[in-house]
Amino acid sequence: MTFKQNLGIQGENAAVDYLEALGYQIITRNWRCRFGEVDIVALHNSQTVFVEVKTRSGAGFGHPFEAITSSKVRAMRKTANAYCVANRAGPSIRLDAIAVYLLHGKISIEHLKQVF
Amino acid sequence: MLVSKSYAVSLLGLAGTVIEIEAEISSNLPNFVLVGLPDASLSESKDRVRSAANNSGFALPGRRITVNLSPASVPKHGSGFDLAIAVAVLAASGELNAKSVSDWVHLGELGLDGSLRPIGGILPSLLVAQQAGFSQAVVPKANLAEAQLVAGLRVVGADCLAEVAELHGAEHKKTERRFSVRSGPANKQVELMPELDVSDVIGQDVAVQALTVAAAGGHHLLMVGPPGAGKTMLAERLPGLLPDLQMTEALETTAVMSISSRRRQPGASLNGLLVRPPFEAPHHTSSVSSLVGGGLGVPRPGLISLANHGVLFLDEAPEFSQPVLEALRQPLESGEVLVNRSSGSARFPARFQLVLAANPCPCGKSHGRAAECKCTSQQKIKYSSKLSGPLLDRIDIRLLIEPANPAQIAMAREGSGARQTSKELRQVVLAARQRSGARLAQTPWALNAQVPGPYLRRNMSIEPSSRLALDRMLELGKLSMRGYDRCLRLAWTLADLEAEDRPSKDHIARASFLRGADNPMEAR
Repeated sequence: MTFKQNLGIQGENAAVDYLEALGYQIITRNWRCRFGEVDIVALHNSQTVFVEVKTRSGAGFGHPFEAITSSKVRAMRKTANAYCVANRAGPSIRLDAIAVYLLHGKISIEHLKQVF
Repeated sequence: MLVSKSYAVSLLGLAGTVIEIEAEISSNLPNFVLVGLPDASLSESKDRVRSAANNSGFALPGRRITVNLSPASVPKHGSGFDLAIAVAVLAASGELNAKSVSDWVHLGELGLDGSLRPIGGILPSLLVAQQAGFSQAVVPKANLAEAQLVAGLRVVGADCLAEVAELHGAEHKKTERRFSVRSGPANKQVELMPELDVSDVIGQDVAVQALTVAAAGGHHLLMVGPPGAGKTMLAERLPGLLPDLQMTEALETTAVMSISSRRRQPGASLNGLLVRPPFEAPHHTSSVSSLVGGGLGVPRPGLISLANHGVLFLDEAPEFSQPVLEALRQPLESGEVLVNRSSGSARFPARFQLVLAANPCPCGKSHGRAAECKCTSQQKIKYSSKLSGPLLDRIDIRLLIEPANPAQIAMAREGSGARQTSKELRQVVLAARQRSGARLAQTPWALNAQVPGPYLRRNMSIEPSSRLALDRMLELGKLSMRGYDRCLRLAWTLADLEAEDRPSKDHIARASFLRGADNPMEAR
């Protein structure tokens, strides 16, 4: 496992902890289809929430959210749609983004709701 | 989240609108959206703003930034909004004091390193801002001299974004880097450059006198003569005879110069203010839009507006295309020009003094006995007919210029025959202008050349004995009514130059000479 993959998983774990602490019910992680992958699918206030997690170990390459490009957003929308069809979820859904900074063992999290 | 506002000015010609720039930072993926009819160079502003902010020690928030330029229906163009957009965004992200930011007008283009670059149109923009009730403005330091011409406005010049940020209460220290901002042209110039002197002209005493009359009365001038006679030399020396521009004239001329993309004539401005009358000499291949005004989408002033309150010199006038010459007729009459373009129409001042120079025929040798001229009469008629009757009608002085003869050149070499310098003649011109100005104080005109015929004949009476010869010529049909009026105008200017209360018989005779033939090129 490369450093990058490891960092990603650490970040996603941190995001899951954060969401659970806020009362989100995690349904699945890393759900895949032919359109792409959703990092976290959660349920909150009877709303299905799809979460994209971006993790950084430094600020050298810009803000984590800047890495969520418009093509990534399009892929997320399609993936979320595919998930809803496959799992009869919805109709109320939300797409969120979470940025995780892992610096010297410290974790800081930014959460943007309803971004896409 | 927070919404903050800043203000800039969008110009259309010399008129403009104060633009309110709203910046909002919302919880969404990072993006920079600019709305409100920006043009291409203004759309690129977001990338300049982002880099400039980063390099000035501010990080733009990793959120969606929406900037709206209001009123959203007015098309905006140019890079002068960069600074206002930057401070609005920084205020919205909490780096600057939003109240302070919205109290000032911000003008200027940003460089990627955060430096503040000069823009055109500072003077008219600030006048618009002042009328809209603003009392403080931030401009690039290179534009400061021009900006300070606006009386009663507090203007601060800045070199970089960090400096502006400090003004609005940013905690950041000025960054270490020294900026090498190009200072605007002519801003360092404090001394006026010496102008060409009329005493350089040899053996053209009559022409110099005619030039003085033209300067004193604001009369348009046509010079016809063979190549090398000194027509261009004379025309270039006319601005040197004109007095300094008055404050309102200077502001108007500086404002037009400011929005044109062209560099100022070096040394023509004093602390950013154009105090000497401009001189424009376009090439004869110039197009209508370059002379009258044009621009891609946005109206831009033409050379006649740049020559406002100065001299427009058309050398080889018959070589100009017919539409160009005819396009001058209407501005000559009204002193302004309306330029219509897709993004709107703008009115530019165009109160210029026209000087035309022409050869007597296509080969240029038809002077004196015309022994060497090989042009056919057909060629001559074609050449001379380029200057149409309606255009010539507006020209008071038509002068034939002969080359200086060997005796005059010899005299000049020996230094005999003291010639007056431009400086001396300018005093004479100024005195004459004061006389005519005092006489015309109750009228909308200031110079003799502007007085219309009916007023001239009714309210500015001349002794019947003085104008006897003129009346006779009118009766005999040798003089048109227009020609009669032109003679009267010139006679008044001649009288003003000699500090006489009204024109004498002698003045009228000389005026009649200066007026010349109806078509000077066919005269021989």
